[in-house]
Amino acid sequence: MVSGLINENPVIYERKQRQQRSTQSLPADEYTVEPIDQQEIFDHIRDIKDPEHPYSLEELKVITEEAVEVDDQKSYVRVTFTPTVEHCSMATIIGLCLRVKLLRSLPPRYKVDIRVAPGSHATEAAVNKQLNDKERVAAALENPNLVDMVDECLAPSFD
Amino acid sequence: MAETTQLTRHIESYVDSSSTPSHQVASLDAIVLLIKTNALTLEALVRELDMYLTSTDTLIRSRGILLLAEVLTRINSISLDSKTIHSLVGFFKERMADWKAVRGALVGCLALIRRKSVVGMVTGSDAKSITQSFLQHLQVQSLGLYDRKLCFELLDYLLEHHVDSIASLEEDLIFGICEAIDAEKDPECLMLAFHIVESLARLYPDPSGLLASFARDVFDLLEPYFPIHFTHQTSGDTHVQRDDLSRTLMSAFASTPVFEPFVIPLLLQKLSSSLHSAKIDSLQYLRVCSSKYGAERIAKYTGAIWSSLKDTLYTYLGEPDFSFTLAPTDGINFPKSEVVVEALSLLQQLIVQNSSQLVSLIIDDEDVNFITNSIASYEMYDTISVQEKKKLHAIGRILYISAKTSIPSCNAVFQSLFLRMMDKLGFSASNIDGLQNGGILASQSVNFGFLYLCIELLSGCRELVILSDEKRETYCTILHSSSAVLFNAFGSVLAVTADRCPSHPDIYIGVKGLQILAMFHLDVFPIPKSTFENILKKFMSIIIEDFGQTVLWNATLKALFHIGSFVQKFSESEKAMSYRSFVVDKIMEMLSLDDIALPFSLKVEALYDIGMTGMKNMLTILQAMEGAIFTNLSEVHSNLTSHETAVQLLECYSCKLLPWILKNGGAEEFVVQFAVDIWNQAGNCMDFNSPFEDKGLLDAMMKAMKVSVGCCSVESQNVTIQKAYSTLSSHTKFQLNDVGRLPLTSGKYDISPRDEGILLLFASVIIALRPKTHIPNIRGLLHLFIITLLKGVVPVAQALGSMLNKLTSKSNGAEKSDELTLEEALDIIFNTKIWFSSNNMLQIYNGSSNGSDIVLTDLCLGITNDRLLQSNAICGLSWIGKGLLLRGHEKIKDITMIFTECLISDRRKTSVPLVEGSLENTEKQKCDPLARKCATEAFHVLMSDAEDCLNRKFHATVRPLYKQRFFSSMMPIFLQLISRSDSLLSRSLLLRAFAHVMSDTPLIVILNEAKKLIPVLLDCLFMLTEDIQDKDILYGLLLVLSGMLTEKNGQEAVIENAHIIINGLIKLVDYPHKTLVRETAIQCLVALSELPHVRIYPLRTQVLQAIFKCLDDTKRSVRNEAVKCRQAWASIASSRSLRF
Repeated sequence: MVSGLINENPVIYERKQRQQRSTQSLPADEYTVEPIDQQEIFDHIRDIKDPEHPYSLEELKVITEEAVEVDDQKSYVRVTFTPTVEHCSMATIIGLCLRVKLLRSLPPRYKVDIRVAPGSHATEAAVNKQLNDKERVAAALENPNLVDMVDECLAPSFD
Repeated sequence: MAETTQLTRHIESYVDSSSTPSHQVASLDAIVLLIKTNALTLEALVRELDMYLTSTDTLIRSRGILLLAEVLTRINSISLDSKTIHSLVGFFKERMADWKAVRGALVGCLALIRRKSVVGMVTGSDAKSITQSFLQHLQVQSLGLYDRKLCFELLDYLLEHHVDSIASLEEDLIFGICEAIDAEKDPECLMLAFHIVESLARLYPDPSGLLASFARDVFDLLEPYFPIHFTHQTSGDTHVQRDDLSRTLMSAFASTPVFEPFVIPLLLQKLSSSLHSAKIDSLQYLRVCSSKYGAERIAKYTGAIWSSLKDTLYTYLGEPDFSFTLAPTDGINFPKSEVVVEALSLLQQLIVQNSSQLVSLIIDDEDVNFITNSIASYEMYDTISVQEKKKLHAIGRILYISAKTSIPSCNAVFQSLFLRMMDKLGFSASNIDGLQNGGILASQSVNFGFLYLCIELLSGCRELVILSDEKRETYCTILHSSSAVLFNAFGSVLAVTADRCPSHPDIYIGVKGLQILAMFHLDVFPIPKSTFENILKKFMSIIIEDFGQTVLWNATLKALFHIGSFVQKFSESEKAMSYRSFVVDKIMEMLSLDDIALPFSLKVEALYDIGMTGMKNMLTILQAMEGAIFTNLSEVHSNLTSHETAVQLLECYSCKLLPWILKNGGAEEFVVQFAVDIWNQAGNCMDFNSPFEDKGLLDAMMKAMKVSVGCCSVESQNVTIQKAYSTLSSHTKFQLNDVGRLPLTSGKYDISPRDEGILLLFASVIIALRPKTHIPNIRGLLHLFIITLLKGVVPVAQALGSMLNKLTSKSNGAEKSDELTLEEALDIIFNTKIWFSSNNMLQIYNGSSNGSDIVLTDLCLGITNDRLLQSNAICGLSWIGKGLLLRGHEKIKDITMIFTECLISDRRKTSVPLVEGSLENTEKQKCDPLARKCATEAFHVLMSDAEDCLNRKFHATVRPLYKQRFFSSMMPIFLQLISRSDSLLSRSLLLRAFAHVMSDTPLIVILNEAKKLIPVLLDCLFMLTEDIQDKDILYGLLLVLSGMLTEKNGQEAVIENAHIIINGLIKLVDYPHKTLVRETAIQCLVALSELPHVRIYPLRTQVLQAIFKCLDDTKRSVRNEAVKCRQAWASIASSRSLRF
């Protein structure tokens, strides 16, 4: 079983300290708008589990806070992730997880763009194309095995 | 014969391996009972057992022996003769050879050996023969876990209690024990095994005797266990903790000096291990072993221990914490580290044991010398390199320990290191005298390193001085002669000039150093009084001038506080005197001076901190404060700043000083005096423009008054109330004695602001009174209060409520006849006629009715055409009602009836006589929503916990569970009225009132009624969304609902109503005016997703659509909840589309 893993021995990094935001809502700022920002997006996806290891994407440094670009005004998000190994066949699964999680967490006005970090994957262009083709994403989610796998990866991020 | 068959049955049942354990225990108990009741002798039992004990079937034999052994265990309080015991010992010890029955043999031996002498115990020779048999026959390590434990228990007990008899076994015993312990792994057995080794060492204490020759072998067995380390978490069945085991092993290690050649090298080796627990354990073991082995044996290792100690300190000592938050008095504060604590206590132990050797090691140490020699170069904290900083910190700690541990070590350190450092900095011993008279460190820049080490040294020897009796030691002399130099050195760090402001560590060093110098507890020696006074002067000048440097200022104030609390313990000493004159008096002086630049808020803070040093100082300061308050009060009319000052001082008095005084007890006279003095002042204000024109000042005075009166005893309160009453009657235009009798002309009760002020102050006294306190002229006051509350003066209504709450009731038997009872007071309130002159001024008239007389309750029902009057009456009545509700009085029912009447009054046709001339307005008036809204607020007043009055602090009579009672009585009424109400307005008012009641009722009561309440509750929620001002009550109510959803009791009702609850919540998820409402509504939806799917599945799409919008909420917290909620609802169906 173990030999079947694509990256048998990944490097584990420390989790970043969760920043406590001042959530105190004073009566005065009851109506002020808190725009969706980089940290909020990162908080949505940091706890997604890696498909083949019991670690979160954050611990494996597949995603970092800096790799999230967001523009609340234009309703646009781009997440760039870095697979742990170049030929990682899990890259599409990871990408699919990221996309599904963001689709479920962001308001529908958002356009979500998921990309593999340039130079970090052997078939970069193909992966990018596959992840951003909504027909193919929809088709992938018709596949019960894939959906189960995605749901399993997303489970810890909803706690 | 019958008994015998019964016995046989019990025995059969026990021996039979197929019967259940509980059966076996039951039959064992039955046999024991027979013996205990003398129905059966032990001899008879043995005879009966005979064939079981000797059977060739091993199973039967072992059960039989075990039965006998268990019986013996349970009859350990029944006395047996020595012959029986001897023969039983003989039997069981022989059975040890029978490995199939060994459990019974062990249990039997244990039972016998544990017998106390009064019931016949085992003789020495028997104990020895048991031991011999044990050593001869038993292979402990080949037995099962439980049997091993029994073996160890047996051995342990023999070694503890039969030392003399088994000592002669010598080598056999030692070998046997070694064999038994070898490679044992179970924690519980190990606990016993380690203890056995300890006992063994006690058995052969001779350092060159028997054990010495086997020491190597015994220790080889123990060695592998160190350091104790559990690879698995201890779970369930073993109760032994790592620490217990480690402690037992430590006693085994330290049990005999003959282990020394093996133990110390092992510990030193493990000390360098990287395992954290190994380090801590080694340090601990070293400390205990060195105290047990004695100085002589340890001497040869001291050098090695010292160097590894030093290394440990370098590695594990963290960065010092240069902050005054905790401000301990012992040297520099370091982050807590167990390794460091252990290392330092080992060092201390070594110094105690072998002072001269350790001190010479320290003084000649090359690192110590390196630091002391290059001390001159450590001028600034930030310029010292990281490596050297570490060394500096570690050596500081070492100096601290060596200074505080013993007099010789302290002397030595001072003589060599301290003087050496002084030399390096240019104050040689010879010219110290020259520097003493105020000599400054001429042109010498501040030296951080030196001061740092000084602090550690000083705090060390400060602790030594406290403990030692002999004061004229060398170190004291040195300290005495250099105290002036040290003062100047520390003081110069703190100098603030235009081009220099001290950095953070500098401030810490300076303030801390001075603080330690000031806290040597003798008056003249080693730190002279003059130095102490200089330090106080220095600190005070910082307080007065350097308030711009926040860190410095705060640190100084803290230090002054610590010094003050310290000298306060020796209150008659000269230092305490100087503290009072230099600090306390100065601070008071400051208060009255306006020309110093120190901001007033800081003045008050300093005042408070200095006051906290002790009751005596606090009282002095309170007096000064009182003076300042009254000076300012008398000037408020002419001077705006003194107005603000007075407010601040009053705030400080009621929020800070008074609670401190209460906590520390005593000083009640002072508090009473203060209250009386305020009344004097209030009286004198007659002649001036009133100070009461401003609300802020009046509020502050009322609060101070309430709190001071509230904390006094009954006697003191009597004094205050008398004073207050006389002021009220003499300085205002209220005619208290006539108020009940005379018809009042209009205009008389048009209250002037000053009169109102005095009245409010009086009301705050009344609010805070204890039930036993005597209130003068209650009748007059009641009349006065009723009239003024109709003017809309809320505190008066609160005072009236408090009075009613505390009056004695007739049923309880009021002892004094002149005291007004509760019933009489109620009679006055509810039956006093109030009548109106033509211009609508209200008056009170007690005489015969003339047709237009009305009472308070009629006013509430809106009989007059004055809507303001109606609202004021309702508001007043609500506080009266609260007073009654808290004590659980019947009358509350009538009062709530009046309120509900108001709520539904549009339905009701006129049924009370109307004031003439107001008839045409009545219909309009009755529908006036303002006054009726007041009635809904009344329910809020009734149910909520008030801060201003009627609480425990102000001695209210509170009946237990009054809220529950009130809720249960009101719920049916409200439910009925709501279901019957036909007008939209009165329905919404009813709902609002009921919402107030529900949100303040304890959840547990609500849960019981959940089924009935849920529909109404949802109606309330929906109704409250309409007005933005209702957002707080809306939130309160939503919390009630969420409580129902999460509690088990509420679930059933929730399931039934799931549909309407979800629909209600969906309307709230986008409530725009309060984030918490949206958040809680979404959380409630999450809780609902746990309900049975059948109930909620039809609503899934609806919920998801509603939540969809929340993903784009303006607030982040709402969005986060929405994500969770969406996930929860989306996943209740197995098939899900991408969007859901």
